[in-house]
Amino acid sequence: MIDINRDKCMYCGACVGTCPVNCMFLYETRVEVDEEKCIKCGFCEMVCPVGAITLIKEAKA
Amino acid sequence: MKEMEYDVLVVGGGPGGSTAARYAAEKGASVLMIEKRQEIGSPVRCGEGISLGWLEDYGIKEDESWLIHRIDGAKVVSPSGFTLEINAKMAGNEVGATIRRDFFDQMLAEMAARAGADIMVKTSARSLIWDDKHNVAGVKARCNGEDCIIKAKVVIGADGFESQIGRWAGISTVLKQGDIATNFQYHMIGIDIDARFSEFHLGSIAKGGGYAWVFPKGEDEANVGLGVTLDMIKQGGEPKRLLDRFIDKHPELKKGKIVEQVAGAVSVGVPPDITVKNGVMLVGDAARMADAITGGGIRNAIRSGKIAGETAGEAIEIGDISHINLYEKRWRAEMEDELYRDWMAKNKLVTLSDEEFDDLISALSEADIENLSVYEILEVVKEKNPKLVEDLMSFL
Repeated sequence: MIDINRDKCMYCGACVGTCPVNCMFLYETRVEVDEEKCIKCGFCEMVCPVGAITLIKEAKA
Repeated sequence: MKEMEYDVLVVGGGPGGSTAARYAAEKGASVLMIEKRQEIGSPVRCGEGISLGWLEDYGIKEDESWLIHRIDGAKVVSPSGFTLEINAKMAGNEVGATIRRDFFDQMLAEMAARAGADIMVKTSARSLIWDDKHNVAGVKARCNGEDCIIKAKVVIGADGFESQIGRWAGISTVLKQGDIATNFQYHMIGIDIDARFSEFHLGSIAKGGGYAWVFPKGEDEANVGLGVTLDMIKQGGEPKRLLDRFIDKHPELKKGKIVEQVAGAVSVGVPPDITVKNGVMLVGDAARMADAITGGGIRNAIRSGKIAGETAGEAIEIGDISHINLYEKRWRAEMEDELYRDWMAKNKLVTLSDEEFDDLISALSEADIENLSVYEILEVVKEKNPKLVEDLMSFL
């Protein structure tokens, strides 16, 4: 899953415009992720200028 | 549910959106521009440096409310400190300035409003409405927290780097990692700088895939920022980390007080093959029109905004919506060569090592260049580094 640290986030939209499957949306000051559509590529984590995003790899059941 | 109907709906209240709204309204169309935030122009996501001399083509009068500091030229600094000074004469008499983007954007929105466009702030497009002929017929939006429907014959996506409208309409605005620059910037006070010049610092300071900048906003203040392309990044938060390192190593900037921080990403690629589809047109950053070398997007947003606004206005005037397809041909005729040239140059520049940047800048700074044309630059560089010129020639 995608963890967004809302205290670090500057809601600039860098992640939203970078997401290759368009599964993120910026609601004014709040980024939301559609986890169903997310392909876990990690681009949003890399592009975040302030390091507010972490891709958490889920342990296999 | 509240319902509205307009000829033209513009989504996004930045320079591209306001310009498109203004020119469409001037053609007599009924126009609504919506902006998701409660205030046009804020928060600022910009280095705020622009060139001057082209604004009057768009009816924009220079005003000190937003034009806060004029500069005489630019200094391009190599990794070892070689400096190329570019003055107005060398750059074809084009001078520059640092602006207040929030006030600049508000001025453009006011011009649109005075031309007759309606504006709604705190209104966010959430999805598209389609008609039975598979054309976009408007958007569903949240207006001050309430659901509303805005019907329109033409929708102009001016929603910046996020570029949602285009993707909802079936236009792929996805960028490659090397064509995305992510940025961080401080507005700093109390620094001893040469306020006559903007500075661009190249090389490994930005991992070779970007640059650090100092754009003066006054005698002792500047926007100090850094951008780096996504393909060079292995860990989140890289722009801030690299900028902090750049400032820490700089004897003067180190003393500065930070009064504001800015984050954001910009396209350093080229526009998609299609920018008009199913009744939607894209302008500015939403259409990936920022300049690939500098990452500057304001001018191209205004250029494309004017063309889109006029074309949409004409389509309404003659009662034929398919007329908006002309937008594609019109903006490409004016802007495409330049965008591709700078993109190819960027793709070459990101391959240079610190030593090659040093060679390039030292050769150029020693030469007596009167006109900063590409060919004159190549002539100078050829003497010192023929291999580099060979590579550069391949894309010209």
